[in-house]
Amino acid sequence: MSTAHNNMSLTGEPPAKLSTTQKVATGIGWTGLFILVLALFNLQLPSIFLWSAIILITVGVILFANDLYLGRSQGIKNDGIWFRSMTARGILAWGTGIILTLFYIVLYWFPQYLGYNPDGPNNGLVALFDPLSRFISGQPASQWFVYGTLYTLAILAFGYKFLLKYRHNKYEVLRTYSVMFFQLGFAFLIPEILMRLNQPYFNPVNLWPLNYDLFAGYKLSEFFSAGNIGLLMLFFGIASIFVITPILTYFYGKRWYCSWVCGCGGLAETAGDPYRHLSDKSRAAWKFERYIIHTVLVLVVVMTIAVVYSFLNENPDQFWLDKNVFLLGSAAFLVLLFGLIFIFKRHRLARDAKKGAVISLGIVLAIIAAFYFSGMTYGYLLRQWYGFLIGAAFSGVIGVGFYPIFGNRVWCRFGCPMAAVLGMQQRLFSKFRITTNGGQCISCGNCSTYCEMGIDVRAYAQKGENIVRSSCVGCGICSAVCPRGVLKLENGPLDGRINSDAVLLGNDVDLLDLIRQQKVATRDSHSSPFRKKE
Amino acid sequence: MSSSQHVVIIGNGVAGITAARHIRRISDKKITVISAESDYFFSRTALMYVYMGHMKWEHLKPYEDWFWEENSIELKKVYVEKIETSSKMLFLKGEETLNYDQLILATGSVPQFLGLEGEDLKGVQGLVSKQDLELLEENTRNCRGAVIVGGGLIGVELAEMLHTRKIPVSMLIREKAFWQNALPLKDAEFVSRHIQSHGIVLKHETELKKINGSNGRVNSVETSSGEKIECDVLGISVGVKPNIRFLEGSGIETDRGILVDPYLKTNIPDVYAIGDCAQHREPVTGRKAIEAVWYTARMMGETVAQTICGNPFKYKPGHWFNSAKFFDIEYQTYGLVSANPGKSEDHFHWENKKGDKALTIAFDRESFKFLGINSFGIRMCHEVFDKWLTEERDLEFVLKHLGKANFDPEFSDRHEKEIFSSFKKNVFQT
Repeated sequence: MSTAHNNMSLTGEPPAKLSTTQKVATGIGWTGLFILVLALFNLQLPSIFLWSAIILITVGVILFANDLYLGRSQGIKNDGIWFRSMTARGILAWGTGIILTLFYIVLYWFPQYLGYNPDGPNNGLVALFDPLSRFISGQPASQWFVYGTLYTLAILAFGYKFLLKYRHNKYEVLRTYSVMFFQLGFAFLIPEILMRLNQPYFNPVNLWPLNYDLFAGYKLSEFFSAGNIGLLMLFFGIASIFVITPILTYFYGKRWYCSWVCGCGGLAETAGDPYRHLSDKSRAAWKFERYIIHTVLVLVVVMTIAVVYSFLNENPDQFWLDKNVFLLGSAAFLVLLFGLIFIFKRHRLARDAKKGAVISLGIVLAIIAAFYFSGMTYGYLLRQWYGFLIGAAFSGVIGVGFYPIFGNRVWCRFGCPMAAVLGMQQRLFSKFRITTNGGQCISCGNCSTYCEMGIDVRAYAQKGENIVRSSCVGCGICSAVCPRGVLKLENGPLDGRINSDAVLLGNDVDLLDLIRQQKVATRDSHSSPFRKKE
Repeated sequence: MSSSQHVVIIGNGVAGITAARHIRRISDKKITVISAESDYFFSRTALMYVYMGHMKWEHLKPYEDWFWEENSIELKKVYVEKIETSSKMLFLKGEETLNYDQLILATGSVPQFLGLEGEDLKGVQGLVSKQDLELLEENTRNCRGAVIVGGGLIGVELAEMLHTRKIPVSMLIREKAFWQNALPLKDAEFVSRHIQSHGIVLKHETELKKINGSNGRVNSVETSSGEKIECDVLGISVGVKPNIRFLEGSGIETDRGILVDPYLKTNIPDVYAIGDCAQHREPVTGRKAIEAVWYTARMMGETVAQTICGNPFKYKPGHWFNSAKFFDIEYQTYGLVSANPGKSEDHFHWENKKGDKALTIAFDRESFKFLGINSFGIRMCHEVFDKWLTEERDLEFVLKHLGKANFDPEFSDRHEKEIFSSFKKNVFQT
């Protein structure tokens, strides 16, 4: 806006500089990465190189974090964030973004360049990971094993950094231990060990619809051919989304998953933490978010119904469930769900949300009807396209590749259908909210700036209102960075949870009563509280 | 009410903007907000975060830029040179004039200077406005050391800002400890220790005596203890004063600030003053005539909006509260805790062993009525304390129920038991 503020971000004053130790640490970490790049050239490196790479990367991050945070007072450490090239969309950020994006493109569509060879021995980078893979699952590595290992390494190493950064805040500490635990144990080790035991690859905390393949034909065949264990997995997968998730979200909000358990959230909160302030807070971005995330939800529902239908169609006599009964049952379930929401929560839905819901339901029902009458679903094709567009391009390439440019929660905010489901629950049926502390807000903007989901937290806090937003993942950083102790994440009674009639405490009580009445009288639930007067 | 009425607000700080928003909510008056400082409302309390690299300038704006047009609040970036109240006209820089039906003065504060020779040297500055921030950016380029005069809220902000640029800082504090004119001595010493732990040199009971410079720039200062300290920047933070110089000759009565009655009216009809620049002729009991605080500015804005829209309200703020942050330690206060308690007020003080959390609770020596609390490093719930103050609870009740007032994040360490046993040991046994 003004020239002065441009100057400020270009001055390159001391807080933007790295200390000598940090430079050495960065060098050590990059050496580890360099070994991995070296492996791409198919040099047949012995396994000591893999261990060296992993150790060097870990040591680099740990040394860097120690120098940055240890020996310094505990507290918010955001000095110079907007001055650094790496965290303020400078050349380093763009470079990192481009390298990450290219990595994802190769990973998804050209794994052979990484050395993956499904028909014989691996070479290159994937071969470097063979010994580790054999050690855990008894099988040679795939590109996904390489990715999973690096992903877990990133969550653990940068998790350590995050733990130091927020060591004064127990909520942040516990939450970070939790995501580190679930990534290492549930997302990385358990599925690999299951493979060793000749069981289906299954990560119990990767829930449908985030895990869009849970009900894919090949997966269902795997479950059914694995006997009781397979059935248990399938049962757990269904119960997770339809029973466990609603209960936990009711008590704790969607944070129990998004910032305590989920692997995508885990990476965003650890390796992605230095980019959280880059999310777009504009009203325009919020509108865009609501369209696109619910579109993805519609797509995943349609795609899943289609693949299950195709599966039943191809295996007509194996199951008690008839393909048409399944279609009608799905339609009936969706109608019932929407009906209940409309009956009980009508007053909580803004006009555009109602419109969106009706249109979405209409589209899904129309497609189900088309499946029913044509008997064709193109389930495999739909799954393939969903996997390509959403699973790979959106969640991987854009979601993680663009961390340094658009922030760390692009996928979680704009794309994740699981977040959409949890978000609806959080908004409509949950005890969770962020409360604001009376009249203490000074509108400073730290909360909004550091909200990775792009929620304009300040807009609520400076009106004295609770923050009850479907997108909030409950990371708690708004509360942590607030310099005046205004924000608190809480689970409490449903009564008064959404308090859009709130006023800021502090003034004459009679005056505040009047202001409250005026606010209610002039508040239009689907637009700005201040009407435009022509 | 007539739709042609034009409310002009001079000053786009929290007072002026709050008034504008509340007037817009309940009326269709034409609203114009004038500021020479910035195009849009920004959070003055957050200026420091731009310098420290926590936020960019755009993050300081509490409302997106579309907000003003959508709500028909016209913003004008221009300097008001003169007010002619007889014709209800403003003379703006560059020959332009503007008529008003009602005028709200919300011009805020300017830094108070000491009146010493050398205060006009380059490198000597206060920190109140956007321009001060830009000046600080310029002044601290290649800065080898800084001295800050005055131990108050702006002083500690300045110290924290300069500290992030690795500039050595010495603070000259007139009192025995930091902000001791507002905090009881134990609290003030607690904060002083914390500031020192960050490597800031505090020179207590020391005043600025002389400013030396060369080539038009400050290069050292001399203190009342005879010490000479080299510095390239001298931050003056001995307080702020109402920004009212442009009112000279307007007929609007001023003293230190613009004099207002309980309805925030000045001596001239249809001219009001709110926020830092207002001086109450009859301050509410226990409160100061000029309160340069974000929260009171906001409340005056809320109040004047009603009066202007035909619901006259006296400015009657509720129980006093305030907040600040001293480096890593958050401070909140509810009710009144005197810096120098008189005969009837007593204090109970508690600190944790680590020295990063502290409480001082003020109570009536006779009746044990709870008067107020200073809380450092523990977040307290405004609503709960406001209620307890209204209900006139006593000290023991407050201490017994202190857990109910806690506003710290989930899983935080709790200290209520320790505080209560410390209270029993210290207050009842002495």
